[in-house]
Amino acid sequence: MTESSVSLWGQWEVVVGLEVHTQLLTKSKLFCRCENRFGAPPNTLVCPVCLGHPGTLPVLNGEAVRLGVRAGLAAGCRVSPVSTFERKHYFYPDLPKGYQISQYAQPLLTGGSLRIRTEAGERMIRIHRMHLEEDAGKNLHAGIPDRSHVDLNRAGVPLLEIVSEPDIRSPDEAVDYLKRLRQLLRATKVSDGNMEEGSFRCDINLSIRRPGTSVFGTRVEIKNVNSFRFVHKAMVYEIERQIEAVESGEKILQETRLFDPVSGRTKPMRSKEEALDYRYFPEPDLPHLVLSPSLIEEERLSLPELPEQRVERLCTEIGLSRSDAEILVAEESLARYFEEGLERFRSGIADEEGLRKVRERWTSFVLSEVLRELNRRGEEVLSGPTGVTHAVDLLEKVLGGSLSFSQAKEVYGRAAEEKKTPVSLVEELGLVQVSGEGELLALVEAVLAENTEEVAAYRGGKDRLFGFFVGAVMKKSRGKANPEKVNEILRNKLKG
Amino acid sequence: MKNPFFTSLSDFAKGRDDKRFSIEEITRYFLSRTESLNASLNVCLSTNPNAINRARQLDARLVRNGAQSPFTGYPVMIKDNFEMEGFPTTCASKILSGYVSRRTATSVGRLLSLGAIVLGKTNLDEFAMGSSTENSAFGPTKNPWNPARVPGGSSGGSAAAVAAGLAPLSLGSDTGGSIRQPAAFCGVLGIKPTYGRISRSGLVAFSSSLDQIGPFAVHASDALEALVAMGGRDPLDMTTDDRDPSEMRRDFQMTEIPGLRIGIPAEMFGEGLDSSIRDRLGELRDSLAGSGSREVAVTLPHSRFGINVYYLLATSEASSNLSRFDGVRYGFRVKEPADLRAMYEETRDRGFGDEVKRRILLGTFALSAGYQEAFYRKARKVQTLIRGDFLQAFEHCDMILTPTSPSPPFAFGEKTGDPLSMYLSDVYTITANLAGLPALSVPVGLDSQGLPVGAHLIGPPWSEGRLLKVADKISSLYPMPLPEVHAGHPAGFREGGLK
Repeated sequence: MTESSVSLWGQWEVVVGLEVHTQLLTKSKLFCRCENRFGAPPNTLVCPVCLGHPGTLPVLNGEAVRLGVRAGLAAGCRVSPVSTFERKHYFYPDLPKGYQISQYAQPLLTGGSLRIRTEAGERMIRIHRMHLEEDAGKNLHAGIPDRSHVDLNRAGVPLLEIVSEPDIRSPDEAVDYLKRLRQLLRATKVSDGNMEEGSFRCDINLSIRRPGTSVFGTRVEIKNVNSFRFVHKAMVYEIERQIEAVESGEKILQETRLFDPVSGRTKPMRSKEEALDYRYFPEPDLPHLVLSPSLIEEERLSLPELPEQRVERLCTEIGLSRSDAEILVAEESLARYFEEGLERFRSGIADEEGLRKVRERWTSFVLSEVLRELNRRGEEVLSGPTGVTHAVDLLEKVLGGSLSFSQAKEVYGRAAEEKKTPVSLVEELGLVQVSGEGELLALVEAVLAENTEEVAAYRGGKDRLFGFFVGAVMKKSRGKANPEKVNEILRNKLKG
Repeated sequence: MKNPFFTSLSDFAKGRDDKRFSIEEITRYFLSRTESLNASLNVCLSTNPNAINRARQLDARLVRNGAQSPFTGYPVMIKDNFEMEGFPTTCASKILSGYVSRRTATSVGRLLSLGAIVLGKTNLDEFAMGSSTENSAFGPTKNPWNPARVPGGSSGGSAAAVAAGLAPLSLGSDTGGSIRQPAAFCGVLGIKPTYGRISRSGLVAFSSSLDQIGPFAVHASDALEALVAMGGRDPLDMTTDDRDPSEMRRDFQMTEIPGLRIGIPAEMFGEGLDSSIRDRLGELRDSLAGSGSREVAVTLPHSRFGINVYYLLATSEASSNLSRFDGVRYGFRVKEPADLRAMYEETRDRGFGDEVKRRILLGTFALSAGYQEAFYRKARKVQTLIRGDFLQAFEHCDMILTPTSPSPPFAFGEKTGDPLSMYLSDVYTITANLAGLPALSVPVGLDSQGLPVGAHLIGPPWSEGRLLKVADKISSLYPMPLPEVHAGHPAGFREGGLK
């Protein structure tokens, strides 16, 4: 951690640790064979085990263990050869057994870190631990007067809890940490990281202190903040609340608070005195989890390319700028689209210079047009008529000179709108690029004839007017002129 | 009273295969005996309405295919903390009223798959917490030897069932002595196997790290076959062991009494032991020595902490295991509670009996922040020492002999006012659970008042076969009758006739 990059909030340093609960992409629940799936009708994915019936025992799902190990290896954690399960007790209708099976004394994974990058610079955020536990169900209150219902489909779904060290120093850093963590979990197929469906949830531990001190301030926990935007808002509110309190001589209470997205404020939920005594003790129904070194090795060897490695490769091997690479890798599916397209071009083009040109065009196309449509319409844009092969076909037309780049961009947007392949749309609209010498020459001459004053000025040394001529020719061709050819012809004519 | 049809499992199988009787005939005999005696003994909480049908089906199958197993058609009763699909499981608690199980316990399922017939479910101390069945929400079970005495507990119903001849075999669960103490009180054989031998899936948990399932029987060989049938790895219980249960049969055959080293811990023959029981045990020691075994003095210095450790660990786990009985999803729930908290509090207050609530409170306290180190964790450390004592003792002997209970069956109400004296009735049995060891109680005759006395054998892990072989020898030295229980029993049984 580079201290120089620590951002300050007025005269205060903000100290934040995050706890993330992420649902694992297993087929079944953590301790029974019920399906692990979101969105089924209430209480249809349940059995005596996850309903907490008497006489039932938990049976650990090995797939969840593997996914946990994989996530840990991806973040550089130490995998515990022996880890333990404990029971955490509290009464709530969505918790069928009256306790949650979690890992407490010896978690599956310890240590590790995640590199973040914000305007304050690049920093390592250390990970304290990651452990397996079961999710609770959901209490339903909406639309039912005077009573509550309980949906236990989620009860027993495997969670990985990822606890950071208190290394985060600003809301921006917190959001970047969460985004990168989610990227990592998605790239390794550990979790879908879907925040709307609750498969990636975050609790914030936040305190403030004077910079340079090593003692922590009193910590406040903010529970279940379920979007990146809310994380940012909740933190800003809480930081300001704490600073204001301390500066006006109040003491910060150690408490748990809830973020209310409507008011944008955090509100007290329970104080330290009201804190629950979870009475953790070893889960007698589950033996210690002993991992064979071969399982760990297997997972290590089968780790896919991690987001950070991919950014590095896109920069060094393909020559993208760091920021372009980051944008691509932030959307796994977009990065895949990009690389697949590039591969297609590469098989058709041999020379370095040609490749460089293609890469520039393709990068610009993907980062502007495809990304925009992806944001607008979602993942479906990346397959079907606007899938990568069709986008490549479209760009081939630009490279071959029969279509201008601006035409191509326009066509892609319409293709996504109308769900047609871009090439068929090009034909339908009769789009062609004017590349014929004769036609272009005529256009150029017409433009020069209409703008004699500007021609004189240019020839008198006003070089900047060149762009004006290009624009005028393009306009006259209604965008159909091949800009490279236009440049060439204009340059020759204006010399004259 | 012995049944008029067969003496043992193998005799049953022979009689069945020789067509001396039909399975239906046997089933009807035991069910009608239960029907006539249950009003006075209160052994069964429910009987199986499908038993006769199943017997007929098995008879029909027998005609076509012959029997697959000695257990085909064998009548069994199970403690009412075992689950059987489609049947109520009460744990003798009000809090499970109306609850019907959706699965069958692995142990019961394995017997059923061999053709056994479950006749009914037996009474127990609520959630297996107690040593007399007096803690049952459905009233206590009477000791078939003397209806003024308790049958022991918590598996009192299952022990009494075999003693009263309502079934030749029954299943119990043992957390601190809940099979062995009632076996001693009712004059039958009861064995708790090594922790991990039999799946606990479908047994309603009291203290998960101590609970084990075991049979009651008259003959050691019947108990052996039941253990072999139920034992072995179960994918539904991760604490079961991979060992092949048929090793017990092999050990039973191979074990010989001459040369056997019997450990005698002086601590367990000292103060607090009823003199009549000490005398019976003394005779037994002489007889065993006469059969060629050798006594070895052993010491179990930490066993004196057994009761303390047990009542911290077992109650801690119980407080956790019983959290699920909250009125939310099944069983009893108070009507119209004021709010969520009231629903929890009133449901649990009215659903659980006093002893269960006492143990939940004890366990909650032992686990709570600030006390866990001094109580729960310290108890775990002492548990390790107790286990160590045993393992060390077994370097010098093959098994350890102690009394099963410090006193003969006591009278109803004698100990209910003093939980501590009730807890002390498990003083000799509790350490086997804490150490995870197999242990059994075998009858060694009657005391001066005509009440049964049990001898307790504790062995190293996985030594059930050897223990049962010695129990078999003891049974041959002390042939134990079953009590004469019938309608109009002089000691006050209610009128009722055999049909």
